[in-house]
Amino acid sequence: MTMPLMRPKRKNPVLRTPQMNLPPWSRSRVAMGLTVAAAEGRFALQVCAECGAVQYPPREACHACVSARLQWRQQSGEGRLIAATTLHHSNDLFFRERLPWRLGLVHLDSGPSLMLHLHGDVQAAGQRVRVTARLDRAGRAVVIALPDPETPYMNDDKVLREMGCDPRFRKVLVTDAKSATGLALVRALVKAGADIVWAGHAEPWKKMPGADDVAALPQVTRVALDLTDGRSVDELAGEIGGKVDIVINSAEVHRTYGIAARRGTDAARAEMDVNYFGLLRLAQAFGPALKGRSADGITHAVAWVNLLSIYALANFPPHGTFSASKAAAHSLAQCLRAEMRMAGIRVINVFPGPVDDEWNQNQPPPKLSPDALASAVVKALRDGAEDVYPGDVAQEWLERWRDDPRVLERELAAGG
Amino acid sequence: MAHIRRRQGYEGVAVCVPVTVPYVRYSTRSAHWWIGRVVRALLDASGLQKADIDGLTVSSFSLTPDTAVGVTQHLGLSPRWLDHLPNGGASGVMALRRAARAVQAGDADIVACVAADTNHVDSFRLMLGSFSAFARDATYPYGSGGPNALFAFITANYMARFGATREDFGRVCVDQRTNALAYGSRVFKKPLSLEEYLAGRPIADPIHLFDCVMPCAGAEGFLVMSEARARDLGLDYATLRGAIERHNAFSEDPIFERGGWQVDRDDLYAMADAKPAEVGFLQAYDDYPVIVMVQLEDLGFCDKGEAPAFVRAHRLMHDGSFPVNTSGGQLSTGQAGAAGGFLGMVEAIRQLTDAAPGRQVADAQLGLVGGFGMVTYDRCLCTGAALLGRPQ
Repeated sequence: MTMPLMRPKRKNPVLRTPQMNLPPWSRSRVAMGLTVAAAEGRFALQVCAECGAVQYPPREACHACVSARLQWRQQSGEGRLIAATTLHHSNDLFFRERLPWRLGLVHLDSGPSLMLHLHGDVQAAGQRVRVTARLDRAGRAVVIALPDPETPYMNDDKVLREMGCDPRFRKVLVTDAKSATGLALVRALVKAGADIVWAGHAEPWKKMPGADDVAALPQVTRVALDLTDGRSVDELAGEIGGKVDIVINSAEVHRTYGIAARRGTDAARAEMDVNYFGLLRLAQAFGPALKGRSADGITHAVAWVNLLSIYALANFPPHGTFSASKAAAHSLAQCLRAEMRMAGIRVINVFPGPVDDEWNQNQPPPKLSPDALASAVVKALRDGAEDVYPGDVAQEWLERWRDDPRVLERELAAGG
Repeated sequence: MAHIRRRQGYEGVAVCVPVTVPYVRYSTRSAHWWIGRVVRALLDASGLQKADIDGLTVSSFSLTPDTAVGVTQHLGLSPRWLDHLPNGGASGVMALRRAARAVQAGDADIVACVAADTNHVDSFRLMLGSFSAFARDATYPYGSGGPNALFAFITANYMARFGATREDFGRVCVDQRTNALAYGSRVFKKPLSLEEYLAGRPIADPIHLFDCVMPCAGAEGFLVMSEARARDLGLDYATLRGAIERHNAFSEDPIFERGGWQVDRDDLYAMADAKPAEVGFLQAYDDYPVIVMVQLEDLGFCDKGEAPAFVRAHRLMHDGSFPVNTSGGQLSTGQAGAAGGFLGMVEAIRQLTDAAPGRQVADAQLGLVGGFGMVTYDRCLCTGAALLGRPQ
């Protein structure tokens, strides 16, 4: 059974910081279907639309009927472990540094056999397991067999921790901790076992309800941080940049204008200055330090979270300039993900539907509560997801956007 | 699986001039150098001129970006028949089958079958990730760095299903190493005891050090021509009595327990009009000892699951009751890439032409060569076998 993770000892400053060597990341284009599903926390395999055969590894044709009509479909992952091995040798640096490492071969009830990583609580051949896909440190999906049923401390397993970004015992910066969402995030991170939460606040004179209670938590330290001010960002990075394991960029400016409703560019500029340029300033200041510590002990630097908006996918005209700023931030976040991936730092993009806060007062329900959004962020960190669409509105928009983004655009232009 | 139409036999085909370019652990040379050396060795040993070679098969992984046709210009050959067969452990059987048909049909008179691979210090690691699309997508990212983990699954499953023990696999390895002591081109120079075998460090449980082959550089080759031509040239030769191959057999089996040999072995023995009991020696493909066991079963020497008892009952040395891998197999010589798929073929020709000094199997009239190659995902896809005999 997995033992609960103990608080790691303080780092010996004399020893050299271990450097990251990523696991092999090369995949064929067709195999990336596994990765895009795992990025959303789903385990999907190719299923033939003609004969129904489930197959793995991914192919360009159905191995049963040679149809090209293959679709990625979510799988239950139920199966049986046929054989297990423990690697004592590997030619690959990532695994070499983590030996011994267990692998298994699982026969899924749906047909295929999968070579996979083994959770520590999956013991002997013959055992029933639940297979899922997780992103590895290179940001590519790998399959892993989990114990079925679940075990008490299974998230503390060595292999699962390599796939996830669990905030437990980690040090987290929340860039804006004074908003309803920011406060909920700080509380959720403390509850999830974060070691330190740095709670950023740009305007310390503003007293928000509940802020003092959160600041009084022993894990929480308030820090001044104004994303519109490059010096403020650099100063904080100088102070804590070498210690942060997870950055959660929750800062945003949200005004509810389209183009005609407000003359001039001041509101749109303010949105861009925080939502887009703020992310750019933050990434330039904190990115390098995070990248340098991505293999630094068991609580190494691990993730960067961007709170975007489902409006980043398609413009919602009543919040037109806000949508545009989030689309810009989304595009920059893709760049950040590409740059951080090579260091093994995961960039998690969160696309919530309307949050139940003061800038969505005129939005009809369902709206996402700040607590639900914070829980979704913590869950994404634990599961190692990369793309998160929390809430019913986000899920519905995503489905419509996937179906046809041009139809969605016209529907939104017509009022929803 | 019964074949409705009996295949044409391989009458009149001579398999001769087995040559080996001695193996080295690492080489700074390219595959082209090794192919050059083995072609030259074929010419020197046969007395033929380069222009006499009008057919060529090449088996190599490290020849990239070239294929067999690049070899013709590199070596100044101008064959009228050519095949590129980079199929690992099945290369020898596959090359022989194709060459034999070419000679029978008159598409070529003398076919040189060559296999060669180089091994630079880091080339094995670099090859692993790009060995196949499935390896890149579904095995290499898991850190096994090659087939060790997959054969650990196969071995563990075989042990659990059929009661094989590490000692059983050890018998195969130890007896093969004893055979190797009379064979020159080998990476492992020292004898191996069962105690040393069992004390080998774990690599991927239950695979331990001496269950693994050592990647190395080397080359093997032989010639295929008509019996009449071989007699004219005064060359000792073996005849081809039967040969089979099968790819991606039993693909619905969740794990490899049986190979494609099972599908075609009746055909193999029918072609040769022979029975397994008449086989004097087996050159089994031995990437891991469990595969030797599976060949003993699937090629008809014992029933499925009986190979552990078989290796307990037999000594596998050249002078034992059932000689297996009389030159030591890859477990002793090292694995020179695709040349490993030629090792058993070359040794079988030597045995049947009385050219195996110090390890000659007495009175062997019939020898069986097994081929097994290409782990693209969770098992080897190619199986093959050839029965070789002495000229009547």
